[in-house]
Amino acid sequence: MGVGAAVALLGVLIGLYVAEWATSLPTPVAAVSAPASSGGTQLTLETVAAAGPKYSPSHPDWVSYLVRKDGKWLRSTIYTVPANSIVHVTIYQYDGDSGLRNPFLSQVQGTVGGTETVDGKTVNAINPEEASHTFVVPQLGVFVPLPGVAEEAKNQCEFAPCEGAAHRTISFSFKTGKKGRYRWQCFVPCAAGFIDGFGGPMQTMGYMDGYINVV
Amino acid sequence: MSTTAAAATPQPVGRPLWRRLIGFNLLTAVILGVGGYYLGWFIGHQVDGKSFEFQAAIDENDVALLLAYFFGVVGFLIGLGFANYPISRLLGRPASLREKEQEGIGRYFGLCTDHKVVGIQYLIGIGVFFFVGGLNAMLIRTELLHSSPTFVGPNQYLSLVGMHGTMMMGMMTSGILGPFANYFVPLMIGARRMAFPRIEALTFWLLMAAGFILVSTIFFGGFPTGWTGYEPLNDQAVMGMDSYICFFALVGLSMCLLGLNMMATIITMRAPGLTWSRLPIFVWSVFATSVLMVLAAPMLIATLLMAALDRSINTSFFIAGGGGSSYLFENLFWFFGHPEVYILALPGFGIVLELLPVFTRKPLWGYRLAVSGMLGVSLMSFFVWQHHLFVSGINADLRPFYMLSTEIISIPTGFIFLCVMGTLWKARTSFSVPMLFCLGWAFNFLIGGLSGVFLSDTPSDTTTHGSFFVMAHFHYTIMGGLIFTFFAGIYYWIPKMVGLRFNERLAKIHFWSMFLAFNSTFLPLFVLGMEGMPRRVSFYEPKLHTLNVWVSISAFVLGASMLVFLVNAVYSLIFVRLRAESNPWRSKSLEWQVPTPVPVNNFEQIPVFDSDPYDYGTPLAVGGGQPAAARA
Amino acid sequence: MSAEAHPGTPEPNHARRFTTIWLIATVIATPLVILLLGPELPPGKASAEAAGQVTDNTVLLGMATPVLLLVLIYLAYAIIVFRQPKGAVLEGPAVRGDARLQTAWIVITSVLVLSLAAYGTVRLEEGNGAGSGNGPTPLTVPKGPKLPVQVIAQQWAFTYRYPTYGGVETTHLELPVNQMVELHITSIDVIHSFWAYQLGVKADANPGVDNVVFVKPTTEETFEVHCAELCGIWHGGMFDHGHVVSAGAFEAWIRQQEANFAPATKVLPPYAKTYSPEPTRRAE
Repeated sequence: MGVGAAVALLGVLIGLYVAEWATSLPTPVAAVSAPASSGGTQLTLETVAAAGPKYSPSHPDWVSYLVRKDGKWLRSTIYTVPANSIVHVTIYQYDGDSGLRNPFLSQVQGTVGGTETVDGKTVNAINPEEASHTFVVPQLGVFVPLPGVAEEAKNQCEFAPCEGAAHRTISFSFKTGKKGRYRWQCFVPCAAGFIDGFGGPMQTMGYMDGYINVV
Repeated sequence: MSTTAAAATPQPVGRPLWRRLIGFNLLTAVILGVGGYYLGWFIGHQVDGKSFEFQAAIDENDVALLLAYFFGVVGFLIGLGFANYPISRLLGRPASLREKEQEGIGRYFGLCTDHKVVGIQYLIGIGVFFFVGGLNAMLIRTELLHSSPTFVGPNQYLSLVGMHGTMMMGMMTSGILGPFANYFVPLMIGARRMAFPRIEALTFWLLMAAGFILVSTIFFGGFPTGWTGYEPLNDQAVMGMDSYICFFALVGLSMCLLGLNMMATIITMRAPGLTWSRLPIFVWSVFATSVLMVLAAPMLIATLLMAALDRSINTSFFIAGGGGSSYLFENLFWFFGHPEVYILALPGFGIVLELLPVFTRKPLWGYRLAVSGMLGVSLMSFFVWQHHLFVSGINADLRPFYMLSTEIISIPTGFIFLCVMGTLWKARTSFSVPMLFCLGWAFNFLIGGLSGVFLSDTPSDTTTHGSFFVMAHFHYTIMGGLIFTFFAGIYYWIPKMVGLRFNERLAKIHFWSMFLAFNSTFLPLFVLGMEGMPRRVSFYEPKLHTLNVWVSISAFVLGASMLVFLVNAVYSLIFVRLRAESNPWRSKSLEWQVPTPVPVNNFEQIPVFDSDPYDYGTPLAVGGGQPAAARA
Repeated sequence: MSAEAHPGTPEPNHARRFTTIWLIATVIATPLVILLLGPELPPGKASAEAAGQVTDNTVLLGMATPVLLLVLIYLAYAIIVFRQPKGAVLEGPAVRGDARLQTAWIVITSVLVLSLAAYGTVRLEEGNGAGSGNGPTPLTVPKGPKLPVQVIAQQWAFTYRYPTYGGVETTHLELPVNQMVELHITSIDVIHSFWAYQLGVKADANPGVDNVVFVKPTTEETFEVHCAELCGIWHGGMFDHGHVVSAGAFEAWIRQQEANFAPATKVLPPYAKTYSPEPTRRAE
C-alpha cells in the first residue's frame, strides 16, 4: 500500500518534471516604443560568438542572439511586437564571419525599402562570404544578412555581453501584419563544430532560433 | 507454495535488512551502473587528439556519453550477477542451469532463471514503458490541438515524437514474445525450461537498461530525428542522439538473443510426440518471429555503430560531403526496419489464431495454411524494404520490383484472415474479453492491411508517403494489431500466470472504450494524410484544424481507456484478488492442464503428445456435412 | 437459429445467405465509391500527375471495397449468427479446412494482387514517374519541351532556381500552366522532401543527389509546398505556397524576379545539378 503510494507520487513528480521540460521556452521580451519621429517599436539585439558561462552554463561556446531589456542584455529569442505596425531593429554584430552556404541569402528582402544599414551605409546585399548570421522571418518574407567582424580586427569579443568589443551595427525596419506567432532563424552555418554548421545552437530555441509574437 | 529440489537453503530467521541487500541484486546493479556511467564519462573526457578538437567548439562530448552508457550497462549487468556464471565456469566450477530461483517476491527484482518469473518481469517492465510512450503521445496530441506551435517548444516536440516512436518500437517488439512466449512456450511444448535460461533473463534486463537510457535523453537535449534516426540529421544532433543510438543497439541485442533462445527451445526441446505439424500455432508464430529477430536485429546494431562512429570520431559513412551517402543509412535502416514491423505483426497473428479455437469451440481452420502464411510473411519481409524509399530518388528501375514484392507479401497475410474466417464458420462463439480483443484485431488489421495496399502502389504513395496516411496505416497494424492482441493475451493468460481473475465489467468497458476511441483517433488520420499533412510537424494548414482537434480529443479518450485497464489491474489483482480456476476458458492447450500456480519445474512428468491442441468440436457425422447432435 | 433449438427446422444455408448479402452490398457500394467518391479523392486534378494519382486511387479503392465488405460483412454475420446459445456449452463442427476453398482463395488473392502490381507499374512508367522522385536517371522521360526548375532544399526553407532564365534564384515557386516542368530537387545539407500537394509531386532532397520529377500543371491555382522528411527543428515550419499562372503572367513574373534578385544572382555559383557548399564537415 505504502509502496504503491510512493510509486504513484514518484510518477506524478516525474510527470511534472517532463511537462516542465517540454514546455520550457526562453522568456519573451517585448520591443520598446521607438521615438516619435520614427514611430512603431524598437528591438535591440546582439549576436555573439560565444554566449559564455554566465548566459549559457551548459553550452558556453555556443553562438547566440541576445536582446536588450531595461538596459541589460538577456539571452532570449522570443520577441513581442505589435500588429500592423513598423518594427525597427538594431543588431550589434560581435561575431566573425562564417559565410553563407546558399549565397542567395546575401540579398536583403522584406525590409522597408529592401535595404539595411551597415555601420551607417545603406546596402541591399552583402558579400556572402562575409555573412556571420542572418535574421530571417520566412513567414513575413524578411531576410536580413548580417556581415561579420573582420578577422584581423582588434579587440574581438570573447563572451557575451560583449560591451565595447569590435562589432558592426546593422539596422533595418519591417512591417508587421496580422497577429500570430512567426518563427525566425539564422541561415548562416555558424554552429562551429557541427555538421554543415547547422547543429547545436542553430537547432535550439534561445540561441539562433526564436519566435516573433505579433500581438 | 510448492518446494522443489532447487529450492534455496532456508534463511535464518531475523536476518537484518541491510545484510539481505548485500549481494548481486538490483541495488548493486544500480550502484555499479552509476559507477560505470561515471567511469565511462571520465574516460571519454581524457580522450584527446586532433580529431576531437571540435568538441571544444560544440560543448558536446559524444565519446564520453557513449562510453558512459556502455560502462553503465556493463556495470548494471555485472551488479545483477550476469558475470558470475561465465566466471565460475572459467574457473572450472560445475555447470548449472537454474539458479537464483529462491522463493519470495525478491526474485522478480533480479536475475532469475525461471522462465515464468522472466515472463512476469517482462509484462510489468514493458507495461511501464508502454505507458511512458503513451504519455508522450498524449503530449504530442495536446500540441496538435493548435495549428502552429503553442504549448511545447519545437525541439521538445521533436524529442517527444521521437521518444514516443522509439520507445514503442523498441519495447513492443518484445511485447508478446517477452511476456507470453517466455512464460508459455515451454509449457506449450512440454519443456521444463527455455534452452538458455540466463540469456532469457539477460534479454529482459537489457531492455530495462535500454528504456532507462532512452528516457535520459531529455537530460542531454533530446533528439530531433524521430524513430528512424535518418542521417545526416542524426550526425548534426546534440548528445541526446546518443541515447537513441544506445537504446536501439541494446534493444537490437535483446531482440537477437530473445529470438535465438526461442528458436533453440522450439527446435530442440519439444516433448516426445510433438511433431512440427502438431505444434500450437502460437509457437509457430513465435518461431517465425524469432527467425526475423535473429536475422534483422544485427543489421540495426551494425548501422547504429556506424552512426555512433560518424558522430563521435568523425567518420563519413553517411555524410555526402565526406564521401559517404545518406542513402546508405536509409537502406541499412529499412533493411532492419521492414522485418521489424513483421516482428510486431506476426505474434499478433499467433495469438488470435491460438485464442479463436478456444472461444469458438472449433479446431483451428486451415492450420497448414496459417503456418505457410506466417513463414511466407517471414521470408518475404526481407525483400520489400525499399517501399519506404519509393520517392527518395532511388534508382527508378528498382521501384516496379519492390512494388511487386510488397504486393506479393499481402498474399500470405491474407491466409491468416482466411483461417480466422474459417474458424468462425458455424462456430459457437462466446464473447469473452480476450475474444473481443481478437475480433477487434480482425477489424483493425483489415483496415491497416488494406491501407498498406494503397501505400505499396508507387503513384498513390507519391502523395501519401511521409504523411499522416502512413501514420494511420502503421498505427492500425501495430496498435490495432499488436496492442489489441497484447491485451487479449493479458486477459487470457493472467488467470494462469497469477491465478487471479480480472473484473469482467471493467474489462469490457476497457475493450469498448479502447476500440471505439482507437478507431475515432486513427481513422481520420487517413483523411489528414490525404489532405496534405506531413508527419512530425507542429505546424499544419488551418483548414485541417477541426479534424486535428477531433483526433486529439479521441486520443485523450484512448488514453483514459488505458487508465480503465490500470484501475482494473490494480483493483482485481492487488485488492480484490478473486481466485481463478485452473482452466477458466476450458482450453485444451497444454499450458492450461498444469495446476495454478504453475510448479517451478512445470510438469511432474514430461507429457507425450498424440495430437495438436485443437481437438475441439463435435466430429462430423459419417457421410454428411452436419455435425452429430451435440451434448448440451 | 440452430437445429438443436428448433428441432425439425433445417439449418439455413449460411454460405448462400452470406454470399448474397455480400454481393448485394458490393454491387451497391462499389459503383458508388468509384463514381461518387472517386473524383473527389485527393490530391485533386491540378496537374496531369495528380489526376493520374486520383485515377489510381479510384482503382485501388474500387478493388479494396469488395474485399473490405467481404471481411466486414463476414465478421458481422459470424458475430450475429454463430453464437454460443445462452447458458449452453456447445461445441462447433470439427472442420479443419477445405482444400478447394483454400486454393480458390490463394488463386484469387494472387491474381488480384499481381494485377495491382502490374497496373501500378504501367501507370508509374507511362506517367513518367507519376509525380514521384525518379532519381538522377528516370526510366521514362516525356517528349517535348520541358521547363527546368531546380528546387534547393536547405535547413529550413526551399528556394528555386531557373537555369533557363539566367540561373535566377527565388523564394517562391511559380510555374506556367500547361507546360511540362522538369523539377530537379537537391539538398545542400540534410534529407528534406519537396511535396507540392495539389500538383501531386513528392521527391526527397538528398545532399549531393539530383532527384528528377516531371509534372505538368493543368490548372491555374495556388498549391501548398511542405517538407515531408524530418529535417530538424523547423521541419514543420518549412512550408510555402506556389502558384500556377498563365504563360504570360509567368514571363512577367520571372522578368521581375531577375530584376529584383540581380545582386544575389551575381554571387550565386553557376547552375549545377548538385552543390557541395562549405562547410560540409565540422566547421571552424
